[in-house]
Parts: sequence; C-alpha cells; structure tokens
Amino acid sequence: MLESQVAETTTHVAEPTRRDFLYIATGAAAVVGGATLVWPFVQSLAPDAATEAAGAPVEVDLSPIAEGQIVKVFWRGKLIFIRHRTPEEIKAAQDVNVGSLRDPQPDSARVKEGHDQWLIVYGNCTHLGCVPLGQQGEYHGWFCPCHGSIFDTSGRVRGGPAPINLPIPPYSFASDTKIVIGQEATA
Amino acid sequence: MRELGKDKMMKRTLLIAAAVLGFAAPAYAAGETPVPPQQKWSFAGPFGTFDRAQLQRGFKVYREVCSSCHGLTYVAFRNLSEEGGPEFSEAQVKALAAEYQITDGPNEAGDMFQRPGRPADRFPAPFPNDNAAAAANGGKAPPDLSLMPKARTYERGFPWFILDVFRQYSENGADYMVALLNGYEEPPADFQVPEGGHYNHYYPGHVIAMPQPLSDGQVEYPKNEAGQPQAPETVDQYAKDVTAFLTWTAEPHLEARKRLGFQVMLFLLVLSGLLYFTKKKVWARVGGEVEGHATPPMTHNP
Amino acid sequence: MSEHSTTYVPKSAFGKWFESRLPIAGLIHSSFIAFPVPRNLTYFWTFGAILAFMLVSQIVTGVFLAMYYTPNAAMAFQSVEHIMRDVNYGWLLRYLHANGASMFFVAVYVHIFRNFYYGSYKAPREVLYILGVIIFLLMMATAFMGYVLPWGQMSFWGATVITNLFSAIPGVGETIVHYLWGGYSVGNPTLNRFFSLHYLLPFMIVGVVILHIWALHVPGQNNPTGIPIKSGKDAVPFTPYATIKDIFAVVVFMLFFAWWVFYVPNYLGHADNYIPANPAVTPAHIVPEWYFLPFYAILRAIPDKLGGVIAMISAILIWCLMPWLDTSKVRSTAYRPLYKQFFWLFVVVCVVLGWLGSRPAEGWYVIASQICTVYYFAHFLIVLPVLGFVERPLPLPNSILESVMGVQKGGAGMPAGANAAPHSKG
Repeated sequence: MLESQVAETTTHVAEPTRRDFLYIATGAAAVVGGATLVWPFVQSLAPDAATEAAGAPVEVDLSPIAEGQIVKVFWRGKLIFIRHRTPEEIKAAQDVNVGSLRDPQPDSARVKEGHDQWLIVYGNCTHLGCVPLGQQGEYHGWFCPCHGSIFDTSGRVRGGPAPINLPIPPYSFASDTKIVIGQEATA
Repeated sequence: MRELGKDKMMKRTLLIAAAVLGFAAPAYAAGETPVPPQQKWSFAGPFGTFDRAQLQRGFKVYREVCSSCHGLTYVAFRNLSEEGGPEFSEAQVKALAAEYQITDGPNEAGDMFQRPGRPADRFPAPFPNDNAAAAANGGKAPPDLSLMPKARTYERGFPWFILDVFRQYSENGADYMVALLNGYEEPPADFQVPEGGHYNHYYPGHVIAMPQPLSDGQVEYPKNEAGQPQAPETVDQYAKDVTAFLTWTAEPHLEARKRLGFQVMLFLLVLSGLLYFTKKKVWARVGGEVEGHATPPMTHNP
Repeated sequence: MSEHSTTYVPKSAFGKWFESRLPIAGLIHSSFIAFPVPRNLTYFWTFGAILAFMLVSQIVTGVFLAMYYTPNAAMAFQSVEHIMRDVNYGWLLRYLHANGASMFFVAVYVHIFRNFYYGSYKAPREVLYILGVIIFLLMMATAFMGYVLPWGQMSFWGATVITNLFSAIPGVGETIVHYLWGGYSVGNPTLNRFFSLHYLLPFMIVGVVILHIWALHVPGQNNPTGIPIKSGKDAVPFTPYATIKDIFAVVVFMLFFAWWVFYVPNYLGHADNYIPANPAVTPAHIVPEWYFLPFYAILRAIPDKLGGVIAMISAILIWCLMPWLDTSKVRSTAYRPLYKQFFWLFVVVCVVLGWLGSRPAEGWYVIASQICTVYYFAHFLIVLPVLGFVERPLPLPNSILESVMGVQKGGAGMPAGANAAPHSKG
C-alpha cells in the first residue's frame, strides 16, 4: 500500500527544542483564537439590548386599586399580582404560627414596612407554573386549579403540592401610591 | 508564440482585464450626475471614531430641521446614551424621551392611548403610515433617515472601485448626503424643473422633491468657553454634522467593529506567522516544500 | 487507494470495541491521516479546505442569525435591523454571514479555475467534477434565496426578476411561477418558503460535499504536473503535511475575510438593499450580487427571454461536458503552451462578462455582452475539442518527484543542490 511507501523522515528528539516551542506556541494561539471565536456566538444568545430595555422597571399607580382587589401586571414577561389587602386579610396573614408553615416566612417579611396592605407576588404557582385563582381556597388567598395548591392572603403555601411560597419580585415604593417593580429601594 | 511561465500569464491577464475596464469606465461616467467631493470624516479609516460633539450637534439639527418629516424609527432613545454614539447622559435621555408622546395600549377599556416616552421606546414616526406621509408631502413620502448613509451611494468608476477596498472607503453615502444638502442651486438656463420639484446638483436626474432644508443660522449650536458657537452655524456645517449623526444611526457599532477588527487582524497575522513557520518545520521532515511542475528548460524539447 | 485501511489499529480497548462496530476511526485515518497526497501541490490545492471552512462558517452564523430573524414580509427588514443593533454581536453575525457568502464564491471560483487549468475534471475524476458542479448549483440557489431574506429593495426586485424567468418556459411557465411565488407576485409566501429552503439547502450541500470528497479519495488529488503518483516518493501522508498547509491557508483566508467583515462590510452589497422592499418602486438598476454577474450578463445578452434563460443555464451545465469536450491527452495546462493562451483569454472574458453584468443593458454594453457570450461558449465547444488535436504539448516529466527535484540518481527525496527544485519554496 502506498501509505507505507510514503517518504517520511522523522527525527526523534529527546528533549523539547525550539521546534517544540514553535508547536506549543502555535497550538496555544490556536486554542486562544478558538475560544475567542466562540465567545461572540455564546454572547449572542443572551438577552439582547432591546429585551433588556423592555425589561426595565415598570411603574404602577396604586390609587385606582380598590381594597380587596387583585390587579395583574407583567414585568419581564412574568405575571405579577398586586393585591390591596383588606384589614381582615392582613390580620389573617399575621395571625399564623410561622413554624407550622411548609415554607416558614412571617407576613412582615413579605411586605414593605408601613405598606402592609399591599401584597405583591409573582403570579405563577410554585408547583408547575399555572396561574392560581385569587380569593379562592380555604384561606381566601389563592387556589391553583391545576393540582390543588392552596395559598393564603400572604401568598404562602398552605396545602397542595407547591413546595414554596409565591415569590416576591424586586420592587420599591416611589410614593404611597406608586410602586416601581423591578427596582429595589435605594438607600 | 513565446512560452510564458504561469506567473507571467497571470500578470498579463490582470493587465488586460484592467485595461478593458479602464477603457470602458470613462464612457459611462461622462454625462452623468457629478461626483460628490470627498469629505474628511473622523470615523473613516481603520481607527476611525465618531466625534461626540459633532454627533450631538447633528442630533440637534435632525430634531429641529428634519424630524418634522423624516422618521428615525430604528433608533431607540436609549441608544443616545450608549457607548459609541453621541453619549448623552442617561438623565438627558430620560428627559428627551419624556418629551415625546408614544402610542401604547390597549388599556383596560380596549383603547389605544398616548403616554410620555421612555428610554426603551424608539423614535415615533412623524406620520402614522406611508400614505399619510406622501399625502402631506406632495405625493412623495419622506424616507426614514435611520439608514440613509448606507442606502445611498454613487458610481465610483475605475480605478476607484478597486482602490476603495484597500483604502477602506465606506463613506460614499455620507459624502453624497453632504453634497446633496449643499447642492441646491439655480437650474441651468435650458433646464425645465417640473412643478413641485427642486433643482439639485448632485441628485440623480437633478430634480428632488425635498425643498432645500437647511439655511445659515437655522440651528443654534452650543457655545464654547469663548461664547462662540462650537462650530460654524452654516449650511455646510449643518450638513456635515447631521450626516455624521445619521452615519451613527446607520452604524451604531462602527467603533466597536473597527476596534475588534484591529484586534482580530493582529491576532490572525500573528497566528498565520506561527503557522507559516510550523508548516515549514513540518515539511522540513521531507526535505522542504517543492511546489508546482517542471519549467520548460529542464524538459524542453525543441 | 480507496481500500479502507487495515493498517489502522486502535490503541485502547474501547477503541478496538468501537472500531469493530463502526469503523469510523479507521476511515478518518485512511482518508485524512495516512492518505497519500502529491508532494508538489501548490496553495491552489488548499481551496478545498477553505471551502469546507466557509461552509461550516455560513451554517454556524446562519443558525445563530435564524434565532432572531423573522421570515415575514412585514417584519423581516426590521428583524435584521434588530440583529444589527440590539443582539449582542448581532452586527458581527450578520456581516460574517453576508460577506461569508462572497468569500464562499471567491474560493469556489479559484477552485473551479484551478480545476480548469490543471485538467482536474478529466478522467478518472469526471464524477468528482460533476458533483462539484452540482454543489455550485446548490450554492447559487442558496445564495439567491438568502439574498431575498432581508427584504430590501434588491431582495424583492431581484427575486421578482429571476423568478419571472421561469415564465419563459412554454405552456406551463406561468403556472410554475405562481407555484414558486405561492401567489400572483413575490410576497410573504415567497419569503417564507425561501427561508425554509435557504435553511435546508446547505445541509444538502454538506451531503454532496461528502460524496465529492469520497469520489476524490478514489483516484486521489491531481497535481500541477497532471501525472499521477507513481511511487511512494511522489507523495506525502495527508497528516501532517497537507493538514498543516490547509490550516495555514485557512488562517490566511480568514485575514482576507476579516478585512471585508470589519472594514468594508457593505462594499460587496448594494446600497438599495438598505431600503425596505417597495413593490411600487423599482430601483434604477436591478443587479444581483457580484458572483452572479457573469451569468446575468449572458442572460441579458440574448434578446429572447427563453433564449436568455437557456443560455444562462447552459453556461453552467456545459461545464459538465468538459471531461469529454477536452480532447487533449495532456492533463495539465502547464504543458500545453498554446491552450494556456486560450485559458487566460477565457479568464479575461469571464471577468469582462462579470463587469458587463453590472452595467445597464443599453448601447454598446449589449453588443459586448453578446460577443463575450459567444466567445464563452466557443471556448468549450471549439477551443477545447480542437486544441487537443492541434497543439503540440511539452513533454511530460517522468514522475512528480523528478519534475520538481530534477532527475536524481538514487532519488533520496532531498533537494540536491543548485540545480534542483526550480519552484522550491525555502
């Protein structure tokens, strides 16, 4: 076969020489080049500038929301409930033995100080993501019809398969009647 | 016929091709629209960058003169504060955006409504659609300006269309725009300008629907320390500044592109050098590269 | 040389296990490592590797662009601008893909002219060569449809002009065009199906390229002398010799590519394509991308619509007949001094046709196109057959080695001295 007849003289070198340094340098440069080449492709998958800009914090005016009402807004494509809680709902949320909860959290940790009539939570059940129904279920918080998860008036899980409480998005009060969702309060 | 080596044949071929093209070119260029003069642009060449102050002045010209008819709908307000552009501050951009009314909705009642702009919004178009734009402007809709310097060019002719690649000349659209904005003049005696048209020295066909948009002193430029305008408030300067601004709107990543290009070219030069020597070392194992075929003298059969 | 190597023995136990079930390692070894390659190949033989690199580059950049592109007439132009402005490195992806198409055609034209010059299309490489013509046709279709996708003025009107050509087919032409368009004019259905096919065709190209490389590995590469490998000393194993040369050539080509992408990214395009498509306004001069210009000139040279279409398609299909039209017993033009003149004249005519394709179809441009078109076909139909009989070729060397090293006693394979290797590269 021709392969075996091909002229090839290889000189075997015992220790690294200038030639090996050349090979190493070339190999290293090629690897660096390859990695640099991959970088823009990977980066192009990240949220683009328009998506980032569209995901900027949104302001919500709270004044038209009546007591007992739950309003839905979107931020970064995710559903958020804004609940104007009645005094009864606030009391029910606060009068709970926190230790008995599946995901122990006091109500005070889930609202902003001085604004405990406003509960703001993400609107997807923490089991598998369905949108729960407001003012329903045993605790009149939320009830998820998909698999029966029950949340109280603080959005905490009280029954059903959901593992954790409805998460709180980052938000802050710009004034008593205006919140900015997507932006934590700055000092 | 004398036998020629392959290299010589290639050279002869290139010369013939060049001569043919050179002979042909003047016949086409004659009698056509005049060639715009070339400007000196800060963003030209491999290390070109935008002049921030020029971009800011250009934006002012766009806003005060052009925006009543021409949209900039591919540009978002937030772009004005991003790196590589006019680099207004974020506060300035927020305030600017709020000056515009943006259509949003539908609201709970199902209606569309107007609200103040946000940095994420894009510049709203001056007309709701092309038909409205044409109806308001004598039958021709004023084109959007976001991409204008890339959407216009002029015949470069021989040998420029070859040299341009080496000179990296990509400012043909910009040079054309400056010439056009400066090019309004009285038509020659024998030229009939149709109703609604205006004579322009550089516009192909010489009749443009847009009346002269710029005049001296029309836009007030910011003052420098001496209390003088930063740049002359002349038609020519307005033309250059707004064109530079529009070059940025057309190519917002121009500076990043040229910067990365330099790094890439440098890296590839180094890598190809390393590979060249590696290749030679490898081929040394078989006595070096010997390429091609026998030249005639060795096997020449008279 | 097509026998699958039994010399490859896997070193690991896993290797042996796998190889006995799917002998792919042995295939790669015999095709790309041990494969004997003529030792006198010039850089013109690196363009196959360059083409493979460009195919991968176009597919990868294309797939990433497709993540953001919207193939709908109302949104396509804007989605491309979104990529250029908002997507991280979107401008780079777009310019790599658009200029990459041009680079692909630069490389393929160098590759094709090399084949013409060195007779690489001649027996026993006819099928290899025709597979190459098929790849070229697929490339043209892919590039044509790709150019429509940004939905600029040239995209729309280029699509209109070229798809209208099918109406020249007698009888069924009009119906074919409506099926092509998915409507009564170029519109959204056309754009959508062009996007689907533009995504599909490159993978068909990959398939034909695999056949092309397989067909190559039967006789092995041609070389500048045109005479085959006679003994082991005429050849070197593919790895590391051809491998390192190919890698070097690809990197140099990347430098060329990078110049376009980073410094003159819109030069090879057309300004009108930065204007959104407007069915009511036709651009002053409709021109295809530069790589189609010679065929465009031939198309417009014939005053009859159907005649023009037939001429344009024949201009490519006639390449398939070259192995049989060329009567020369000598393969490489290096030893055909008379044909050499005609070859370079043919190159000039092709370049001139390309330039003429960019001019308006008026005045003396039309006559020039007609003359060049006639000469183009004459090269294949007259020059190729006649010259094989008429010319007296130079005598061929006895072997590749002898041709480049000089006749040596003993043939040690090392350059002897001053009289050796007239084309030796230091």
